[in-house]
Amino acid sequence: MAEMNEKAILQFQDLDISFRTNAGTVHAIRGVNLDLQRGETVAIVGESGSGKSVTVKACVGLLDANATVNSGKILYRYTDEKGAQQVVDLLTLPKRELRRTINGSKIAMVFQDPMTSLDPTMTIGKQIMEGILIHKKADKAAARARALELLELVGITDAERRMKAYPHQLSGGMRQRVVIAIALASDPEILICDEPTTALDVTIQARILELIKDVQKRLGISVIYITHDLGVVAKVADYVNVMYAGKIIEVGNVNEIFYEPKHPYTWGLLAAMPDLETDDDRLASIPGSPPNLLHEPVGDAFAARNAFALKIDEKAEPPMFKISDTHYAATWLLHPDAPKVEMPTELVARLERARKEAEKYL
Amino acid sequence: MSEPLLQVRDLNQHFKVSRSFTVKAVNGVSFDIFPGETYGLVGESGSGKTTIGRSIIRLYNPTSGSIKFEGKEIAGKLDRDTEGMLRRDMQMIFQDPMSSLNPRKKVGDIIGEGLDIHHRYVTAAERDDVISQMLSKVGLSPAHAERYPHQFSGGQRQRVGIARALVMNPKLIIADECISALDVSIQAQVVNLMKDIQESTGCAYLFIAHDLSMVKYISDRIGVLHLGYMVETGTTDEIFANPVHPYTKSLLSAVPIPNPEVEKRRKSIAYDHVAEGIDYAKGTEHQLEGTHSVLATDEELARWTA
Ligand SMILES: Nc1ncnc2c1ncn2[C@@H]1O[C@H](COP(=O)(O)OP(=O)(O)OP(=O)(O)O)[C@@H](O)[C@H]1O
Ligand SMILES: Nc1ncnc2c1ncn2[C@@H]1O[C@H](COP(=O)(O)OP(=O)(O)OP(=O)(O)O)[C@@H](O)[C@H]1O
Ligand SMILES: [Mg+2]
Ligand SMILES: [Mg+2]
Repeated sequence: MAEMNEKAILQFQDLDISFRTNAGTVHAIRGVNLDLQRGETVAIVGESGSGKSVTVKACVGLLDANATVNSGKILYRYTDEKGAQQVVDLLTLPKRELRRTINGSKIAMVFQDPMTSLDPTMTIGKQIMEGILIHKKADKAAARARALELLELVGITDAERRMKAYPHQLSGGMRQRVVIAIALASDPEILICDEPTTALDVTIQARILELIKDVQKRLGISVIYITHDLGVVAKVADYVNVMYAGKIIEVGNVNEIFYEPKHPYTWGLLAAMPDLETDDDRLASIPGSPPNLLHEPVGDAFAARNAFALKIDEKAEPPMFKISDTHYAATWLLHPDAPKVEMPTELVARLERARKEAEKYL
Repeated sequence: MSEPLLQVRDLNQHFKVSRSFTVKAVNGVSFDIFPGETYGLVGESGSGKTTIGRSIIRLYNPTSGSIKFEGKEIAGKLDRDTEGMLRRDMQMIFQDPMSSLNPRKKVGDIIGEGLDIHHRYVTAAERDDVISQMLSKVGLSPAHAERYPHQFSGGQRQRVGIARALVMNPKLIIADECISALDVSIQAQVVNLMKDIQESTGCAYLFIAHDLSMVKYISDRIGVLHLGYMVETGTTDEIFANPVHPYTKSLLSAVPIPNPEVEKRRKSIAYDHVAEGIDYAKGTEHQLEGTHSVLATDEELARWTA
């Protein structure tokens, strides 16, 4: 079977996906590589529209009908009924097989838009129980008890009565928590959360993040987090992948990304983030807009918006340069022959402050 | 001070879910929004923020209380003129973009719908122009007008909702979690755009969000909701510099800090109103300094400010 990294449980290899639209073909995913190891939490951050959701949807067979997988593999390692190690390319599994054996039971996903993954005509109690009944083969009373327990775990008060509510009778954040409860109901090996806490206030968010961490510790599951909230990333992630225009352009452990970012896009992202001290008249944002992937970008896709772009950026796409065993970035600035470039002074000051602040806790 | 654009007094919004279960989503909430102002509404998930927004724009019939928009009562039955005025001068950006956008309509037509209804253009070319410009302003491209909602990423879809509201130049925009699905750079771009539009048109925002650093940045005044009660309100400085209600304190302490070594070790302040024996229904609004007020009994206030 295919080559797979020894320790990985899930591995995306050169994933390449495009969409047919009225206006032409959108090349949304342009060679994504990503490793997930057992028990580990990996975050994916990046520009809106850069391909985070499409990437993870590919591994549960939920790509839209106008999508084509041009190339690549998504390898998944699991233990079969006989206790033997198996590696399978999820992209080659027939959709039915994927839905039956993997999606929901081994890999569970929490979607960005909770309303789209809930059935508006069914009470939330039924919806949580359904997953338990199918995947865990429990009887009805046990499933009901488990559903109640899960609702309480995700912080829904009055769980008994809320079981009978329909999705539209819940607040946005409650719906999101119901989706999280459904995902956890099947005791998955891999939990993929696409913006799981955007609709939650910070106190409930903290509670959900704790809950997921807890489940992770107890069951050793692996988690992929997609989020725009860099505070959440700082809290939960072991590794961070930064995505831009259909590619991962920087990857590192969480400290490398927050304290020693190397890619100018990552610099822009960190600089744009307001903190409770921000009171400037305008917020810093990365100038320009992301490339239109209807047209294949030539050279580095970030070049047009990059104040530090080099001549070569217009011609050739940078490869991943190695910074440490865990830290890689795709920018020509890391080429040995590149001129030495310092990151913007405000960001230097900010990272300096962050490191100082961190030292107090060490 | 000028007359408030929106005046909410003692608003109650209750939902009867079944014979034995009524959700009291909003209880006796009062606040004002002045022209050109941004009022931030924060609070626990399920505390009634969206419901307040939907009651104001009259997607719900308020159970009781008064809502005045430009001095005109809009909480009761609406006549046609008032209804028309509301549809034009008040817009809402919805929390759940997918379910608020018609899946069978192209995005250009979704944004153009209000323009069509209120005859805001003369020629078709003018209409397309306005739509293209609006798309660019929210960081999308004019070519996106031809796509359907499901063909967008979550954040792109959210920007379609923003464009649809802003294109109407309303006087009040209820923005319900309108930036939460956007990456920080595009958040910054959208927030800057909202500020620009406010400067040029003088519109007011009811800004509902969970991201407290963003709320702090954009709001002039803030209201903190918990379980359908407005537990604390005041200017942004009053709330952030001197939070009094234990829920507000807990909320501020829970903001995740984008600094891994700090965030992984830090502890936030827990809040449990039952354990603390707080019954919101017993509290009254206590005026502290300036516009700062808090919902409490005399005894609670003494304890919290001790
Ligand atoms: N069905 C589709 N048809 C055409 N284009 C699509 C379709 N689905 C997604 N796309 C495009 O693919 C790109 C990647 O989308 P994706 O949803 O993965 O973005 P994302 O990184 O999750 O963004 P966000 O942070 O806004 O959720 C976007 O440019 C989007 O417009
Ligand atoms: N149509 C409805 N029928 C019954 N109950 C409802 C309805 N709409 C809202 N509720 C209830 O009212 C309460 C407040 O909901 P609301 O959506 O206003 O909360 P919210 O503050 O916006 O929360 P979130 O931050 O999670 O979006 C919740 O308990 C919710 O279940
Ligand atoms: Mg997404
Ligand atoms: Mg809401």
